[in-house]
This record gives sequence, C-alpha cells and structure tokens, in this order.
Amino acid sequence: MAAGGGTAIVVEGLRVRRGGRPVLHDLSFGVASGSVTGLLGPSGCGKSTLMRAIVGVQVVEAGRVEVLGADAGSPPLRAGVGYVTQAPSVYGDLSVRENLRYFARVLGAPAERIEAAIGTVALGAQADQVVGSLSGGQKARASLATALLGEPDLLVLDEPTVGLDPVLRRDLWATFRELAAAGTTLLVSSHVMEEAEHCDELLLMREGELLAEESPDSLRARSGRERLDEAFLALIEEREAR
Amino acid sequence: MSARVTWATALRVLTQLRRDPRTIVLLLGVPPFLLTLLKGAYHQDPATFQHVGGPLVGLFPFTTMFVVTSITMLRERTTGTLERLMSLPLAKLDLLFGYGIAFAAVAVVQAVLTSAYAFGLLGLDTAGPAAAVVALAVGNALLGMSLGLFVSAFARTEFQAVQFMPAIVFPQLLLCGLFVARDQMIGVLQIVADTMPLTYAFEALQSVTTTGTLGSRGALDVSVIAGSILLLLALGALTLRRRTP
Repeated sequence: MAAGGGTAIVVEGLRVRRGGRPVLHDLSFGVASGSVTGLLGPSGCGKSTLMRAIVGVQVVEAGRVEVLGADAGSPPLRAGVGYVTQAPSVYGDLSVRENLRYFARVLGAPAERIEAAIGTVALGAQADQVVGSLSGGQKARASLATALLGEPDLLVLDEPTVGLDPVLRRDLWATFRELAAAGTTLLVSSHVMEEAEHCDELLLMREGELLAEESPDSLRARSGRERLDEAFLALIEEREAR
Repeated sequence: MSARVTWATALRVLTQLRRDPRTIVLLLGVPPFLLTLLKGAYHQDPATFQHVGGPLVGLFPFTTMFVVTSITMLRERTTGTLERLMSLPLAKLDLLFGYGIAFAAVAVVQAVLTSAYAFGLLGLDTAGPAAAVVALAVGNALLGMSLGLFVSAFARTEFQAVQFMPAIVFPQLLLCGLFVARDQMIGVLQIVADTMPLTYAFEALQSVTTTGTLGSRGALDVSVIAGSILLLLALGALTLRRRTP
C-alpha cells in the first residue's frame, strides 16, 4: 500500500483492561499512511498495550481499531503488519540467519530478503552466531530484522532503539525514514523524548491517556519550549493544573 | 494451512534440538540405560523382565516427548515467539503439525536405537516384528507430544511444567498394567485405568511383544491412541490464542 495521504490506523474509543485494571482509557486517534509516528510516554503508561491492540494480539474491552482498512489482527493483515515486541522474540538457540530463514518461510518472503534484513540491522558479522550468545542490543536488532522480512505496509516497533549505541540508533532512524519514504507506515514507541525529533507525528501518552497528537514543531510552538522533553512536561503540568 | 510453513516449523524445531547435543544424548541414551538397570534388577526373574521390558521399549517415547514438548512450548509462550507467530500468517495446525513431524522423527530414531539394543543385545524377546514395536512407539511419542502441548498451557514456569511429569505421566505408567495386571487392581483403579490413553498403548505393545499380533482388542487400542492424539491436538489448538488478555 503506497502513501496516498490516507490513514493507516484508526483508533476509536479504545479501552483495554489488563489484570482487572484499566490500562487504556477511551483512546481515539489516527495515524497517516507513510508517516513515522512516535508513541511517547513514560514506562508503564500503556504504550505496549496500545501497540498490542493495533497488531491485534490484545483482548480489548471496547472500541474499534482499524488497520490498513481492516479490523486489527484480521487474517489478511498478518502478512502486511510487522510487529516487534519490546523483549526480543526470536529463538535463542538458533543463529540470526536461521531465525530469519524460518520467519521468511512463514511469511513466504523470498530468500534474498534475509540478507537485506541482516544488512539493515547491521548484523552481518553475527549472522551465524546463536542469538542466545548475542548482546541485548544485538538480540533486539535480530528481532527487528524478522519484522523487516515481509516488507510490511505497517511496522509497529516497541522501543526498538533501547540500549543501542548512538551511531546505530541514528542509522536505524535513517532506515525508518527510508522505509517511510517508500510508503511504509511506522509506529515507533519510546520513553526517551529525544527520539521524538525523528518523527513526523507524535502521540504523547501518560497513564493510559493521550495528552497530545501533533507534530514536534506544533508541540514546540504550542508550549513555547524548544526542547521536546520540556514541552512534554509543560503539557503534563498544564493538564494537572486544570 | 500450508505445507511450506508446516515443514519450515518442523525443520526449525529439529535445528533447535540439534543445537542441544546433551539433550540428544539423553534422549537416545537414557532408554537403553534404564532397560539395562531393569535387566540387572530382575536378573532372578527373567519372565517379569520380558513382561515389563518389551512394552517399555515402546513406552519411553511417550514420557520423553511429553517433557520435551511441554518445555519447548512453554518457552515459545514465555519468550514471545508464540505471540509473534500468532501475529503472522501461520495456521495453528502448521505449528502443531510442524512439532508433530519433528518429534515423530526424533521418536523414530529413539525407538529404533532402543529396540535394536533391547531385542538385539539385551536379550529381550518380541513375538511380533520389532518394526511393529517401533511403529507403536512413534504413536506413543505423538501421544506424549500432544498431551505435553496441551498441558503446557497450564504451566507458568518450567518448574511447573516439569512437575506435570509425575502428576500426569506417572499415574498412567503405574495403572496401565506395566507393573501389575489391571484385573488385579482394586475395581475403582481399573475404571480409572480404562480412561487413560496409555493403558491402550501398553495393551497394544504387550500384545505385539507376547503374541506377535495386536490381538482381538487391537482395533480398539489403535483407535483410542489415534483418537486421543487428535483430541489432545484439538484441545492444544484451543490453547493457542491469537489474542491474549
């Protein structure tokens, strides 16, 4: 699906409870096709739960989540949505390449995608190493590579850059921008506000609620703060003052 | 379902197992070792050794595949790979059959080695062909696998999963007729034994090793084994959820 100015994700009145406790309170927003949208907020604010609902692996209490024109998690979306959980979900007892070979077969992706994905996450030197023996950041990249295999229309990435060195983090953001330029929609979560800089749109979350849905520039202008972390703080204070 | 995905899953499971040589050595080495112990223990009573040892050759894969599958499946759940697979174009049957093919292949190797050792070197006799014992052993492996797959959904940790072995496998081994003929047990246990799939597996193995054929109840035994595998696989599929709370 190419970027046609359409909407890749529509969320309306989404409510989720986990363990009897409300985690998402009545969220509504949209994500534009071909954009890089940052989902930002502190740990535990419900980012991962929201991403799970968008991928369609979360039991939801109420509301509607539509992805690429279909219900979230419906069978036609399974090949078109790439999802990377926060904890690397790859087989620790297989090498990077063996993991990718398996997931490529499941997706029906051609074998050349395997080498391309390894290159994208810069794991060429570790490709034949068993994942269990890799560092935390390398495991996270192996997990990310599996989501790139199918050339998905939507990539949902839960904290993909945590614990990565700055050079690699910059390179990954450049990759995300390239993917978006080619028409992929990306939803990327982070609890580090610096990352917001790389995004077209921001979804700012706190305690299961959406505080803002706007571009970094608009957030700066509205709050009068140059730094995005300060702008986020101002937003929280403003809301609490009300 | 897709043959490509099923096959890829079977290869993936076998590759994972290959990465763990110690487990392979244990899988293949422990059954002959236990049979050797049994021979020594019954050295004054060779008739009982024949009675217990023959069927035991075909029962080992049930217990090993039960443990191996419940732990492997639990790992899929706890490491997030199951959640990833459930978000991909993979049918639940692809996963279940992939596991089935991989563990059946392992069971063939285990049963061939164990029966070659038992009937060739250890002096155990079988009236029926060793190939029939191996075939029943593979059936029992699939039975253990499907049972392990199903119960793994009820374990949160590997400690719990390992405890399912004495809780679920041992009662079946004790009551199936291996140690005491079922008609000598108290009545209520005979009824309990009749509800356990391993009872029918033992009966079929005993019949083949002592009389050379599956006997008059052979059709019943084989259908209960096959039916239990299918039922447990169906129940296992129900525990694989695309959406979780």
